[in-house]
Amino acid sequence: MNARTDFAAVGQGAPRRALSRIDPALVSIVLAAAILWFAPVGMGRYGTYVLTLWLVMAIAVMGLNLTLGVAGLKSLAQAAFMGIGAYTVGILTAKAGMSWYPAFAIATLATFAMGIVVGFPALRVRAHYLAFVTLAFTSLVWLVLRNEEWLTGGTFGLSNIPRPTLFGARLDDALSFHRFVVVVTMILTLAIWWLLRSPWGRAFLALRENPVRAASLGVDVRAYTLLAFAIGSAYGGMAGALYAPLVEFIDPSPFAISASFFLLLMVVAGGSGYLFGPFVGALLGVVLPEWLRFTGGLYLIIFAAIVLLLLIACPKGVLGLAEMLWARAARLVRRTP
Amino acid sequence: MSELIAYLIVGIATGSIYALAAIGFTLVWQTSQTINFAQGEFVMLPAILVLLAVKLLGVPIPVALLLGAVAFVLLFGVGFKRFVVDPMLPHGVLPLAIATMALAIIMKEGAKDGFSAEAQSFPSPFPSDAIQILGTAISLQFVMTIVVAFATIAALQWFVTRTRTGRQMQASAQNPTVARILGIPVERMVMLTFVINAALAALASFLISPIYLAKFSNGETIGLFAFIAAIVGGFNQVRGALLGGILVGIFDSLAAAYVSTSYRLAVPLALLVVIILVKPEGLLGRKEERHV
Amino acid sequence: MNAVAGNAVLEVSGLEKHFGGIKAVRGVSFSVRKGEILGIIGPNGCGKSTLFNCILGQLAPSAGTVRLNGEDVTGLRPSDLNRRGVGRTFQLLQVFPDLTVRENLVLAGQEHHGTMMGRLFGPRDAGLSDAADRMIGFFKLDHLADAKAGGLSYGQQKLLDAAMAFMGGPQIVLLDEPAGGVNLTMLASLKDRLRAMNDELGATFVVIEHNMEFVMSLCTRVIVLAEGKVLAEGTPAEVRADPAVMEAYLGH
Repeated sequence: MNARTDFAAVGQGAPRRALSRIDPALVSIVLAAAILWFAPVGMGRYGTYVLTLWLVMAIAVMGLNLTLGVAGLKSLAQAAFMGIGAYTVGILTAKAGMSWYPAFAIATLATFAMGIVVGFPALRVRAHYLAFVTLAFTSLVWLVLRNEEWLTGGTFGLSNIPRPTLFGARLDDALSFHRFVVVVTMILTLAIWWLLRSPWGRAFLALRENPVRAASLGVDVRAYTLLAFAIGSAYGGMAGALYAPLVEFIDPSPFAISASFFLLLMVVAGGSGYLFGPFVGALLGVVLPEWLRFTGGLYLIIFAAIVLLLLIACPKGVLGLAEMLWARAARLVRRTP
Repeated sequence: MSELIAYLIVGIATGSIYALAAIGFTLVWQTSQTINFAQGEFVMLPAILVLLAVKLLGVPIPVALLLGAVAFVLLFGVGFKRFVVDPMLPHGVLPLAIATMALAIIMKEGAKDGFSAEAQSFPSPFPSDAIQILGTAISLQFVMTIVVAFATIAALQWFVTRTRTGRQMQASAQNPTVARILGIPVERMVMLTFVINAALAALASFLISPIYLAKFSNGETIGLFAFIAAIVGGFNQVRGALLGGILVGIFDSLAAAYVSTSYRLAVPLALLVVIILVKPEGLLGRKEERHV
Repeated sequence: MNAVAGNAVLEVSGLEKHFGGIKAVRGVSFSVRKGEILGIIGPNGCGKSTLFNCILGQLAPSAGTVRLNGEDVTGLRPSDLNRRGVGRTFQLLQVFPDLTVRENLVLAGQEHHGTMMGRLFGPRDAGLSDAADRMIGFFKLDHLADAKAGGLSYGQQKLLDAAMAFMGGPQIVLLDEPAGGVNLTMLASLKDRLRAMNDELGATFVVIEHNMEFVMSLCTRVIVLAEGKVLAEGTPAEVRADPAVMEAYLGH
């Protein structure tokens, strides 16, 4: 190595910021998990189910939020990855009798690997083409799920998907499975939080904001693009792996193209790029319909209209809107003596 | 052999309809960077509006066609530009693209809840008599579809390249800043492309609905095929979208005949993937320099 | 090759770039020695930017080679080139407006040490903040360390932009019009910092500039490009006195 301009030499200096203060996001995650642990008490079976479904969808949205919101890659494949995760677990547990845990691990690895494969076109084509490539992928996966009856049960789907066991106890009732999902969601949220604070998080952000400049600073655009895509896809797979035992019966319909659109809208509705955006987005997409059940089949229109109006008013979603209002309120408070 | 010719002609007929949708899609993309994910729904809805007019107003079909087309162009040409695209554009391309996805859901679910969840037959403007082409009996419907679609595309091409307004439209798409300096009413030209897009979508709707019936969920496949057509052809031009549309139509028609029906959709998708991997700029597109 | 090159850090030979029938760069050769500040000037459309883009992997050159310390780096991806020690700035400002000044510099430095996995699982900071703070001190941006880059004045952003190019500990930095759009006060401090970079730390760099005064007072050697070819080469004084240069610059 020739003598470099030894200016930015690394590894010296006191660990000044090593003992940083406790992150409020970290506290929020743990606190929210504690609240959700007890939340379903008195809610009944169905209420608990909706709450669990919210968390499961939030995991899928969290993955897409990483791919799209943080790294800026337009993917319409998240529903397909969710489907792959759900069917992997469904087939391995219901048909092959495997325990949930290894099935979950296989689903995660499989969707991670497929994420890398599907992410490759992202490197070759201009940004908006990726949306169409992933759209094509979602259609292909859906075709396989619908047509390969010997494996997936076709349109009849897969039924009797068992729930996981924990220390020998089966998590069959709604509440104990809910608590299981709460813990998994907490771990996955912590992982994203941790990832976003690492140099990788910074590189993903640079990728979204200005890939050309990022490359000129040594950021390997190819590697980080694939990683953002693969990690996001793996979150989709993990969400699917929880979805299958939650609903205990899966068929291809929830993993079609429109579901991918729907997941994308949830990312944006909650606040693209925000750590907690996916939870708000999934709340709008999963729990809101329950409140809107009196409208019959209209809830999808209402949800889409809300997102459309939200986008026109504030493209940064609910959390972006909240941030804006908060800043405005703070300014107002400062001005009034 | 005669079977093959029949499939080819059906493929060209449906393909020319996809081309109409793909041309509108690329026009709107060129002038305003709008990636319209609702393009399939744009083709689905006009036929539904026509059937709705027949059902609610009791008007005869030709009047209903006219009413449906006018209402659609006003709502999803002018209205779409004014109330969705204009407020969203300052926020960038991505929020706008996502807004069109929301719009797609609204249109689709609206057609389902407001009209029907079932496929409805749609009257064909052409007689279904068969004629002989190269020794094969072909329904006149397909032949006329090809004639009308090609005539429309030729007229559009003539308009864009040979008329003053058309050239102003092109200038606005290629370099709005310079066009503005030259005194071209860029805003009006952009609006014109949205109107043309809606009109093309309405025509595509009236041509395809007699073949595939009018159904709220048709937009998914039609939209996908229009996107594929645009990308395969080379995204930026009328000729490309035409070639892409016809290729997709032929692939789809041959797939329906010779591949299992359950994987029919996979064949055009495979075409898309191959093109993107081998020639990402499209068959008639120009290669761009690498920038990352 | 190496013997001839001697202590050349960057060596460009016979570089050509054609766009269709248009030859934007027509056989440009030059080398940059360690510790020197080379200026590249020329009238508009002389091929400066294209030349830069070819050297930096943004465009694939039609012919010719680029060597870094004798090693062929022609056509490497920009990120690989950067990690081998070629820093750069762009003609237009390219800082990350939503990150703070320190975060911008940390980002600029983070990819130059360790592995991808190390960056994920290793220590979060790994001394990068301290390196960033030293760079902030050097470029006299101390009071702005925690400010969002987007909120800085144009001149301050230009300073940050240049500082980012030096964060990875490069062997050579290519600056594309660093003085463009910067006011006179800021220009003086930018020149002062770049000089100090060179004097105190032995940094080697190449500057493309329109601003003749800036180039003449900063650079140790100047190359004049015209119509895609090297027209003249020498010290600022020699180049200034060259009648061919006067012709190219003032002739039209």
